[in-house]
Amino acid sequence: MTKKPEFAPETLALARKLMKRYPEGKHKSALIPILHLAQAEFDGWLSPETMDYVAAILNIQPIEVYEVASFYSMFNLKPVGKCHLEICRTSSCWLMGAEDVVAHISKKLNIKEGETTPDGMFTLKTVECLGSCGTAPVMQVGATYFENLTLEKVDQLLETMKSEGKRRSYTDKVQSSNI
Amino acid sequence: MSRKLLLEHDHVPGINTYAVYRQMNGYASVEKALKSMTPETVLEEVKKSGLRGRGGAGFPTGLKWSFLAKPPGVARYLVCNADESEPGTFKDRYLMERIPHLLIEGMITSSFSLGARTSYIYIRGEYYYVANILEKAIEEAYANGWLGENILGSGFSHDMHVQIGAGAYICGEETALLESLEGKRGNPRIKPPFPAIAGAWGCPTVVNNVETIAAVVPIINEGGEAYSKIGIGKSTGTKLISASGHINKPGVYEIDLGLPVEEFIYSDQYCGGIKGGRTLKAVVAGGSSVPILPAELILKTAKGEPRLMSYESLGDGGFLTGTMLGSGGFIVMDDTTSIVKNLYTFARFYHHESCGQCSPCREGTGWMEKILHKILDGHGTLADVDLLWDIQGKIEGKTICPLGEAAAWPVAAAIRHFRAEFEEYVTNPQSIKDVKHYYRLHNLQPA
Ligand SMILES: Cc1cc2nc3c(=O)[nH]c(=O)nc-3n(C[C@H](O)[C@H](O)[C@H](O)COP(=O)(O)O)c2cc1C
Ligand code: FES
Repeated sequence: MTKKPEFAPETLALARKLMKRYPEGKHKSALIPILHLAQAEFDGWLSPETMDYVAAILNIQPIEVYEVASFYSMFNLKPVGKCHLEICRTSSCWLMGAEDVVAHISKKLNIKEGETTPDGMFTLKTVECLGSCGTAPVMQVGATYFENLTLEKVDQLLETMKSEGKRRSYTDKVQSSNI
Repeated sequence: MSRKLLLEHDHVPGINTYAVYRQMNGYASVEKALKSMTPETVLEEVKKSGLRGRGGAGFPTGLKWSFLAKPPGVARYLVCNADESEPGTFKDRYLMERIPHLLIEGMITSSFSLGARTSYIYIRGEYYYVANILEKAIEEAYANGWLGENILGSGFSHDMHVQIGAGAYICGEETALLESLEGKRGNPRIKPPFPAIAGAWGCPTVVNNVETIAAVVPIINEGGEAYSKIGIGKSTGTKLISASGHINKPGVYEIDLGLPVEEFIYSDQYCGGIKGGRTLKAVVAGGSSVPILPAELILKTAKGEPRLMSYESLGDGGFLTGTMLGSGGFIVMDDTTSIVKNLYTFARFYHHESCGQCSPCREGTGWMEKILHKILDGHGTLADVDLLWDIQGKIEGKTICPLGEAAAWPVAAAIRHFRAEFEEYVTNPQSIKDVKHYYRLHNLQPA
């Protein structure tokens, strides 16, 4: 059993600040922004314990958190690798060879879509249009968009991520999307 | 060459910072509106400009603003739709990332006209890093007196917040967006009441696209009439086009509405022609939801007139021979492209993104995806093609929100214009292998 989730004091302060952005009594509106903070802080996914903790912060029923967390595709309800490789598979990316990128990564890491490498480093996922169609094919990992992918670039990226060994989250502060 | 109204300074170094943006005459529209105009005269200029919503539907912005209910003592909101999830569309991201202050300036000027004390920018979760750029720009705007209490001593006060989404195309539909803003699942609401009467937290709300709100800045600076003179007919002003696919120069282009499609595709100023000197097969002109057109119908209307980049010209011929400007997501396909496979990526998309409230959409999108998968697997029949046609027709018009139509139209258009390709796939499965139905970029091979 993991220990009970609890935000670092700065994160909790940020969550409380976010709740003040809405009209009196409408602080539930901060649910999605706070779930992002929670996912980033608690190992990249939302466990039932994490969701209950968020419900307590917002003073709402746990079911109100579960039903939202399960609706949005960026929230992971199961553990994922430190680097969640999200490759766009929609039209423009497909036209520019996204299937080759997916096949290449799948072979290289020896995992299928939806699977995680045994060392917990990578999870492979295909996603829908990321709003980066002009720089296709594209892959999102945490906050960063990796654009105009080639198989060579992908190889380098995987190397770098593996040697850094750190978790990448949507909430990371990154400078610019382009590499 | 046309003048740029939104992206004029997109390549100026540091334009994302307040200091440089201000040097380039930034925030002039707020100054003008707050010092020498009234909410009503700002609205008049927007009406005169002929500006139409840039999110996809093309509804006249001034008219939409004039519907906003103003019961005394009730808060009103402006909500910016930065959900940008329509496949093929990436212009809003470009604008927000490069020139975040342009959106913020437009939000303030628009909020002044609407009488909104608070506004929100709802941005898709995948753009988290862009949300951080906006947050920083908002901080700068507060620090320099453009947000907060009693702006420029005018008595107008305004607060602005960024609201992050979490991955759901449906949250681009304005009532689903409002549900999401309220911390709920993105299920579209039954209309009426429209957001102008009961929107965010039940209060009167205007929802506008990023580009629509940004366009308010040049409209106020230069006057609605000057703006209305750009473009053609009822398609006034400039439009950001996201160009992608098999072209030499993909990217975001600001065009005067009315530019010939042929010039847009082949001129070096824009797409620069088809990649590798190949020939054009088809174009999806306004994001995944609009009907695909074969080369001959995208370049010329059925009457043989040159097709223009405008709401009217792209719509010429209705759905039989025309399409829509939509969000301006312009996807170009060369002669190696499998239309069936492309359609499959769209069908899979709509199935994935259906919120599941309405049975025709929830079940129909999944069914269409499965049939297309079966055809691409070499097991399709002629009856399957007819079944696809039948299903799409039974989704259209039978759902709470237009995601149903958005899923149905691409299927209808692909079959209407490329039926022979579907028939070849089902009568001669070998042909599917021959096409290999996706484009292999030479630069994609490992070194
Ligand atoms: C399924 C669906 C998805 C939509 N996605 C977007 C979107 O990502 N961005 C957007 O601005 N409008 C989107 N719209 C249109 C909005 O509902 C709304 O019309 C628009 O935000 C109004 O702003 P405008 O008048 O400035 O265009 C979508 C509509 C539907 C039905
Ligand atoms: S289709 Fe891949 S980013 Fe749009």
